[in-house]
Amino acid sequence: MTLTEKILAKASKKSKVFPGENIWVETDILLTHDVCGPGTIGVFKREFGKNARVWNPYKIVIMPDHYIFTSDSLSNRNVDILRAFTKEQGLPYFYDVIDDPNGNWKFDPLKGPLKRQYGMHYAGVCHTALPEKGHVRPGEVLFGTDSHTCTAGAFNQFATGIGNTDAGFVMGTGKLLIKVPPTIQFYLDGELQKGVMAKDLILYIIGEIGFDGATYMAMQFEGPGAFSLSIEDRMTMANMAIEAGAKNGIFPADQKTIDYVNQRILKNGTKKEFEIVELEKDQKFFASYSIDLSKIEPTVAAPPNPANRFKAKELASVKIDRAYLGSCTGGKLTDFIAFASILKNNMVSVETFAVPSTPEVVDQLHKIEIEGQSLWEILVQAGVKITENPSCAACLGGPMDTFGRVNKPLVCISSTNRNFPGRMGDKAALVYLASPMTVAASAIKGKITDPREFL
Amino acid sequence: MTKRIFGKAYVVGDNIDTDQIIPAQYLMYVPTVPEELEKLGSYALCGLPESLYPLRFVEAGKTKTEYPIIIAGKNFGCGSSREHAPIALAAAGCRVVIAKSYARIFFRNCIATGVLFPYEIGERFPEKIEIGQELVVDLETETLLVADHAYPLKPLGDAKEVIEAGGIFNYAKKTGMIPAGS
Repeated sequence: MTLTEKILAKASKKSKVFPGENIWVETDILLTHDVCGPGTIGVFKREFGKNARVWNPYKIVIMPDHYIFTSDSLSNRNVDILRAFTKEQGLPYFYDVIDDPNGNWKFDPLKGPLKRQYGMHYAGVCHTALPEKGHVRPGEVLFGTDSHTCTAGAFNQFATGIGNTDAGFVMGTGKLLIKVPPTIQFYLDGELQKGVMAKDLILYIIGEIGFDGATYMAMQFEGPGAFSLSIEDRMTMANMAIEAGAKNGIFPADQKTIDYVNQRILKNGTKKEFEIVELEKDQKFFASYSIDLSKIEPTVAAPPNPANRFKAKELASVKIDRAYLGSCTGGKLTDFIAFASILKNNMVSVETFAVPSTPEVVDQLHKIEIEGQSLWEILVQAGVKITENPSCAACLGGPMDTFGRVNKPLVCISSTNRNFPGRMGDKAALVYLASPMTVAASAIKGKITDPREFL
Repeated sequence: MTKRIFGKAYVVGDNIDTDQIIPAQYLMYVPTVPEELEKLGSYALCGLPESLYPLRFVEAGKTKTEYPIIIAGKNFGCGSSREHAPIALAAAGCRVVIAKSYARIFFRNCIATGVLFPYEIGERFPEKIEIGQELVVDLETETLLVADHAYPLKPLGDAKEVIEAGGIFNYAKKTGMIPAGS
């Protein structure tokens, strides 16, 4: 069996499962947020009754992260709905924006978008925060009301996005009926060259198999190249499996995985036990690809979808109006380190926004230094508008006052994961997806630029 | 149970993602709140660029569409897992989508909610149908009737019963999988 099949067999208490088979699986973690949580709670109450209890309070993680730092009153209200439900059900893992369990969340526009406006429990972007807070373990099944839930596949986990109705069902029963996906194998060899990032690799792969090339399937990344990638690189890869239509993306575990997971569990006091799922010799794949990482070059996805692949140098004539760093796929600490390494001693020539994905990233940006200067200072000095308020922000547009939202038909280069029409705001805006290094180099030059020019 | 869905068709191309079906700026509306559901319906497909789609799915100022049938190319509903997408289409009055193929989560959400029939069809139809053309979808025979031609749709199998029952919860209650009283 493949990694995905092995996890699903275990979760359905079967000795073997086959692609295409419909099975009931037990959920280890259900993740939801402010955009889909209120609707999920609505379904749960409608179907199980007003006084119903969730199936297991320790297995539900609620991380408001989408529309937080906005004056939109309904968005603020949605965080309050989550808080009320948490209180009613006694849920230990609600990462509230405010500290007062009896309070109401209200963004203060007078303080502005840059200054910190959250309390001590807030976790930021759920897909980055979930492993950070010790809720991701190898071998487990994670369902989340968000398509980028597949990010956690980086940790040898079966993780996939579901809708509110399915999530309401899980909330009440802990179970879900799913179809076992066929697996596509990506055998990775070699190492990424300097100036090339995991984002380039996944954009290359999506371009190779197409925007719907893995629909209904599992994308399994393995081989020495997969192990050469850092944990955050693997998260970038697994995150964008959905951009090829996949149900999940998954990596085998190694010492890096175990160390990361154990450290986070220890720090947060979450469940300790987990069982890694090892690669078997006998695996049946729907298709198999071999990729030499050393051949990958800085890659850009042009609008209107993430499979519209070009080499960065092929788009050198494309002028940009804006650059954006952030999101679950592109706002992690290593993304910021790479971004700052290019921007050091340079100035951006277009408006550039940066949104760290979690408060921990914000904290580290102040602590980590390159040649005596903190990452935060490097960005500020380079002219980047950086906020202390981590959230999904402009990655998906959001309310009109969202930080960095593309409110005009601009050309934007972004480290995020989607570039459909209107994704970051204006329907006529053009969004080019690229690695944090390519975004930085392009922001300096004002046109799409291969970052190796700055190495 | 309605055996036939008929009315005007709205026609879209390939890769219509959930941001075009219901732009993220309207996701603060909670689908289980009736007045917010109506709002979601009024914005259905408003993310389609006007340059490509000058005729709107829901006219400005209205909450309902005049197109109960959507004809689409491949990979309809790709992108986010937002259940707001099928729900917004249905809230506007759409009953059935006929596409060359679907993204996984959108297809699943149609079945789980029971709000839309997501039919696949073997050949591409967007180029063959005009926006506003009258079509009939026969749910019993699972065919698309265009003028005097009947085109087979890919049978929905077990999922059809779930949609007809009104989604997985209603189906589970109807079939005794979960207690009807809950």
